[in-house]
Amino acid sequence: MQDFHSRGVEVVAISVDSCEDSKKLCQSRGYTFPFLSDPKADVIRRFGVLHPRAGMNDQDIARPAEFLVDATGTIRWVNLTDDIRVRARPENVLTAIDAVMPVAASNR
Amino acid sequence: MDLPGLVLAESFLLETKADAAWLKADKLRNRMKRRWNSFVWAGFGIALLAILSYFLVFYRYPATRDVPWVTYLLFVPAVALLVVGVRRAFEQPEQYRGKISGPILSTISISLIGLFCYMVLVLTKELPAASAALHAGQQAPDFTLADASGKPVALADILKKNRAAVLVFYRGYW
Repeated sequence: MQDFHSRGVEVVAISVDSCEDSKKLCQSRGYTFPFLSDPKADVIRRFGVLHPRAGMNDQDIARPAEFLVDATGTIRWVNLTDDIRVRARPENVLTAIDAVMPVAASNR
Repeated sequence: MDLPGLVLAESFLLETKADAAWLKADKLRNRMKRRWNSFVWAGFGIALLAILSYFLVFYRYPATRDVPWVTYLLFVPAVALLVVGVRRAFEQPEQYRGKISGPILSTISISLIGLFCYMVLVLTKELPAASAALHAGQQAPDFTLADASGKPVALADILKKNRAAVLVFYRGYW
């Protein structure tokens, strides 16, 4: 996490889980970054990462995906997996951040 | 029939009875002597262990989760042991047991291995087309969602305070 914050990047997790579920998850895993709840999958749909009826009880859920959004709100990098078991690793995301928006260039 | 004759017949009858009983016991003894077909059970155990260990241990580490090579590697001795075990159960039935347990355990093992491979190679790859997602260069839609404590959080606010944000969409625990 420190690696993200030292680059001025906040990590935000989004899923259809309820606030209570996210709270439990954060407490059990010790996550300190925001976990946002999108129970109706509105935001998930707007980002185009909806996986229809893939959840329990045919619920619409998000496919695993990572978006890097800069301060102007522009998407700078996207990672979509083709296998739900295979997720971006933190070091991959950090590499991408350094590649598309290096710290030195934006700070000065 | 005179008395000695009767005694003779009786003793003969007893003798055959004893013979039959002895033969039966001998057969039983032979069957007991047939060895436990440990290969079959070991193969089944390793197949089971391979799959369970993936979910309980190796799933936690990307290096063994993304491509479950440890699990595949464990399948090799499992199948080899089952093949050898079943072969010796049928080729040397007087020595080894497992004519019934062998095929049953092999079928279960092969089914489990097949199911695992199907899950890993097909099921988890069933995803909607990636082209539907927003791509780099596009404007991210602003949104406000509740965080774990129920407090509303807006993307715009996060972007005001930070140089950038990584939005991690995940499937959730339902």
